[in-house]
Amino acid sequence: MRRQVHIQAEDFDIAAEWRACRARCGGGAGALAAFAGLVRDRAPVGEDESAVHGLHLEHYPGMTEASIEGIVDEAAGRWRLLDVTVIHRVGELQPEAQIVLVLVASSHRADAFAACEFVMDYLKTDAVLWKKERRANGDAWVQATAGDQQRRGAW
Amino acid sequence: MLVTVRFFASLREALGCESMRLEIAAASVAGVHDALAGTLTPTQRDALTAPGVRVAVNESLAQGDIALEAGDVVAFLPPVTGG
Repeated sequence: MRRQVHIQAEDFDIAAEWRACRARCGGGAGALAAFAGLVRDRAPVGEDESAVHGLHLEHYPGMTEASIEGIVDEAAGRWRLLDVTVIHRVGELQPEAQIVLVLVASSHRADAFAACEFVMDYLKTDAVLWKKERRANGDAWVQATAGDQQRRGAW
Repeated sequence: MLVTVRFFASLREALGCESMRLEIAAASVAGVHDALAGTLTPTQRDALTAPGVRVAVNESLAQGDIALEAGDVVAFLPPVTGG
């Protein structure tokens, strides 16, 4: 399994990553699954619904990359994967911006779908990253949720 | 013994400190807590010992009270919220 993990301030180009993944895999890949996370401009319904006008993402250089590589390796132990790319942005992000990309190539779709969702669920609970929301009524660090822990626990 | 202590995200803001050199008497994570305790307000102490706060030593998560060596980097990490 090949593994690409990037922490970066700049945006990413899904089409370019998709092409690069296909080029690395050649004819062995029967399935590619991708997930992209975006910055919402509002909180989930039922929570503080004041507008979110930006997101700040903080990381711990070195440890953040290692934590994500560990997640990818865990996925590779559970499913037959050919190639996994994770790109996570840090710094200041505006609403509608892309935050995270998970791109998984496998011989078969079931492995690609499952690993993509697994990596994303684990990114929420195990990747060393912190989000702060920029809101009209002040900045607030995002709280870890029980729902994210439940999704992780379900794997 | 001197170690480096780092605080991230909400903990960095609560303690008003990103990184410090700290002299510790006991060569362990508990020794770091002991050395910090006298310098923190009750609110800051509560933040540092809140549920979900994890400790990393040299960029690896530490389970419980592990031993330290001079020059180690001890990081306090609030619950993560990436993805």
